[in-house]
Amino acid sequence: MNAPALHIRQLAKSVPGGRLLFDGLSLEIAAGEHVAIRGESGVGKSTLLNLIAGLDTPDRGEIGIAGTPLATLDENARTDLRRDAIGFVFQAFHILPHLTLQQNVALPLLLQKRSRADALGRAASLLDAVGLGGRLRSYPKELSGGELQRVAIARSLVHAPALLLADEPTGNLDPDTARQIMELLGKAVKEQGAAMLLVTHSPAAAAMADRQLLLTHDGLVPA
Amino acid sequence: MSDAWRWLIAGEWRAHPMRFLLAGLAIAVGVALGFAVHVINRSAADAFGEAVRSVSGAADLQVRATSPLGFSENLYPRIFRLAPVADASPALEFNARVQDRQEPVSLVGIDVLRALTVTPALLGRRLDRREAGPASTRAAGADAALDPEAIYLSQAILDRTRLRPGDKVRVRVGALAHEFTFAGDMPGVPAGQAIAMIDIAAAQWRFGRLGSLSRIDLKLRDGVGTQAARETIQSALPSGTRLADPEGESRRGDSLSRAYRVNLDMLALVALLTGGFLVYSAQSLSVARRLSQFALLRTLGMRKGSIEGQLLAEGLVLGLLGSVSGLLLGYGLAALGLRFVGGDLGGGYFGGTAAELQFAPAAAILFLTLGVATAVGGSYAPARAAGKLAPAVAIRQSGDLVDPRERPRWRPALLLMLLGAGCALLPPIERLPLFGYLAVALVLAGGVAAMPWLARTLLRPLTRFDSRRPSVEMALRRLLGAPSQASTALAGIVASTGLMIAMAIMVTSFRGSVEDWLDTFLSGDLYLSTARSGAVFDPATQTRLAGTPGIADIGFAKTVPLALDPELPSVLLLVRPLDRPGVTLPLIERAETRGVGIPIWLSEPAARLYGKKPGDAMPLPLGRSGGPAQAWVAGIWRDYARQQGAIEIDAADYVRLTGDRERGEAAVTFAPGASPARVRAAIEARLPPELRGRVDIAEPATLRREALRLFDRSFAITYVLEAIAILIGLTGVAATISAQTIARMKEFGMLRHIGMRPRSILAMLASEGVLLGLIGLAAGAVLGLGISQILIHVINPQSFNWTMETRLPWTLLLTVAIGLVTAAAGTAMLAGRRALSASAIRAVSEDW
Repeated sequence: MNAPALHIRQLAKSVPGGRLLFDGLSLEIAAGEHVAIRGESGVGKSTLLNLIAGLDTPDRGEIGIAGTPLATLDENARTDLRRDAIGFVFQAFHILPHLTLQQNVALPLLLQKRSRADALGRAASLLDAVGLGGRLRSYPKELSGGELQRVAIARSLVHAPALLLADEPTGNLDPDTARQIMELLGKAVKEQGAAMLLVTHSPAAAAMADRQLLLTHDGLVPA
Repeated sequence: MSDAWRWLIAGEWRAHPMRFLLAGLAIAVGVALGFAVHVINRSAADAFGEAVRSVSGAADLQVRATSPLGFSENLYPRIFRLAPVADASPALEFNARVQDRQEPVSLVGIDVLRALTVTPALLGRRLDRREAGPASTRAAGADAALDPEAIYLSQAILDRTRLRPGDKVRVRVGALAHEFTFAGDMPGVPAGQAIAMIDIAAAQWRFGRLGSLSRIDLKLRDGVGTQAARETIQSALPSGTRLADPEGESRRGDSLSRAYRVNLDMLALVALLTGGFLVYSAQSLSVARRLSQFALLRTLGMRKGSIEGQLLAEGLVLGLLGSVSGLLLGYGLAALGLRFVGGDLGGGYFGGTAAELQFAPAAAILFLTLGVATAVGGSYAPARAAGKLAPAVAIRQSGDLVDPRERPRWRPALLLMLLGAGCALLPPIERLPLFGYLAVALVLAGGVAAMPWLARTLLRPLTRFDSRRPSVEMALRRLLGAPSQASTALAGIVASTGLMIAMAIMVTSFRGSVEDWLDTFLSGDLYLSTARSGAVFDPATQTRLAGTPGIADIGFAKTVPLALDPELPSVLLLVRPLDRPGVTLPLIERAETRGVGIPIWLSEPAARLYGKKPGDAMPLPLGRSGGPAQAWVAGIWRDYARQQGAIEIDAADYVRLTGDRERGEAAVTFAPGASPARVRAAIEARLPPELRGRVDIAEPATLRREALRLFDRSFAITYVLEAIAILIGLTGVAATISAQTIARMKEFGMLRHIGMRPRSILAMLASEGVLLGLIGLAAGAVLGLGISQILIHVINPQSFNWTMETRLPWTLLLTVAIGLVTAAAGTAMLAGRRALSASAIRAVSEDW
């Protein structure tokens, strides 16, 4: 039996100052499954994503990516896991202004020590998949917000991750563009066979997931 | 300033106090150094001028001898009878020693009756023999004045000697000495001036100058214009004399040190300029960080001009705070400098003159203005950039000031450099290399302006290679993609490296040339000098010394100051037997044909100052008959010791012209196999009793060491000022890189998210630092070499009238290279440690 893309067991995390964000949080996402998490501001959605990515450590509990418990990994191994198995899409895009679109998308492959030609070739096909195939050498300055998020989606999938973490990917976009982006994201992730954990305020975006959950101080509950 | 501005500026400064403190400090240090150097120089020059005016009394005009040999007193009645002259007072002036002390004093012989109306400041005040003190004094009357044994001393001499009225005072002038009786003080002489006064007839008699005068002080008739009087008197003057006034004399002395002082001022301004770069860096980064804030303000209705105004106002406040602190600091530094380094700041110009600290209000205003202008100037470009901002782009935060498609412009840089090269070809103004300094500034500005283009041109070829190291690839891409940000950091590196290398090359070239020159000039085996004691070798002593066993040859020499130009300090006539084995000249040029009269050899500064070349005629005011002596320039020789110029004349020619056989120096050549220690002892034994202990005997190695010590001393302040400028420059580099790194927190956060290891991010930053350092070094080295050529071939010859050959300090350059690249990489990595913190990870999240 295949291991789940993500498993979380009895997770607890408090912020500096002692305020408890959540306790006893558990979740499992199967390979290829899309899960959306909604919740109020400050409830700890982004912190949860950081914990899953191994960028933050929980007070208690266990997190595993594709069957590998993060607690067994040191800092470098967690970084390598992130590099190879996880993709990210952020609300504010975070596309480097001094790189072309192709170079931005190829970045995760370069981090995997793939050859430049290989990385650029794969980036070109991903950009083509998100509808930006004709603008490989453009710079981020020339793009709209929706187009920038397409670049971010291409970058998040270029290395074929097992799990994609999307943090408010439509937060900076108008409703029409948001819908298009979510459709694209869902389609692209499905095509890759990756699982996705989407954190969002938007009910419309959440509705496109296979499963919707609500993050509260008591943990995750079905939305 | 509007409330909005006040809030925004105060908020920004509260948020980033260190960055603004550093920029303000850089301005303060620049202003402080400039002001301190100026105040010290002014205080010293004023003290020197005061000394010159004191010894001149309060004469309207003076007829002065062009050399210490003086002129015939027969001139006195002729001058007295001239229409514009109301009264004339003859004077004889000596450089003397009192009570065998080392410090020289100005001994003036005057006719008291004449001085009463012409130069009352030189009159003495008789002190009572039993009850010494001002309360029991009476003015010197004619009886006292006619006493040939009386001597009056200024307070500065009395403070040193503690003499009481009636005490015997031993006065020595050259080889002659006489004991006078201390009769009183000189209340008209300002504090600190060492002046002694005796009757003129006694002076002529006791010191072998019968029938001779040094000067005639003149009082003009009321209502006579000075210019008209000058013309009338000038037409009556024979050769060997010149017309002067106390102000002009002070100016002549001042002109000798002026170039050195202006050079120090310029170096201090370099520190201020690098401070300006720091302000530029701080403001540029502040603008980059506040893009969305400005965009919001624009969206809320703030006009473009108002955004620019806010940044310029920040610069203004920064400049005002920095400059006022700088002035206070500078005044304190000047007080310390005068106390511990001296008024000449190591230049050796105002020996024996004690300077008192004097506040200079005009200079304070000037440096305040310069400091404010520098800070506002440093804010100008960032302010313009912020004004040009497209609010819609910036507020989305997807844009940046950086546009990687923008092709860096190279034409403005080329134009600046060409203008600089053009300025370097222009002549000095008022004997100052003002265009030379402008050339340095323009070339430096051109170099800095060329950085974006140069960085891209140098880095582009590197992209052809796939290093397979993401950190290197990323660093390269960033520097290529953001050339203007890279060049902000590079501006500081290039400016400080360029100046550091230029100064290092100049000083090395200068020192190397001085060493070569010393090797040629000091070709004797042993040197004798009476310069410190003011004693002389008379002909009998010379004959005795020439017979010393173990000596193959001894050449006696003398230095005689000659006033050839009323606006220039006296040139030094070096009298030496030029056909002797121990006498060599480091000749640069030689005349091809013989001229008329006696041959003379001009030092390079003399040739430049008086516009002479080999073969030219150059009459000297030395003829015994009153007419000038015919002479021609037989050659030009290199000299780094006498900035006022020197003229070599063969001793035989000099004696023929003047009859003067006294000498103050000697160069000894040993016979083969002679023991240096024995010859030295034999020479000392042969000195007459009155010269024992008053003659300095030194070997060439000692003189060479001393000369190089003086050289290093005169460059000590230069080194300090330059080190401070470099320190400010490097601080600017560190601040820029550090601020840029901090401004890139989101980038680092994203890179951490997508799997870049912290070590790789540090490696990326180190690679950026190394690449920046290497580009800065390459550009700085080329610029430095270019600027060093302006220093060597334009500023030095125009300031000091000497030239030198370029020498490259390879070891130093290598050290600078390693230091700079290490510093840039280290700073980038240190700043990058922030990128490893949790805040970098959180920085990517908009909703936490």
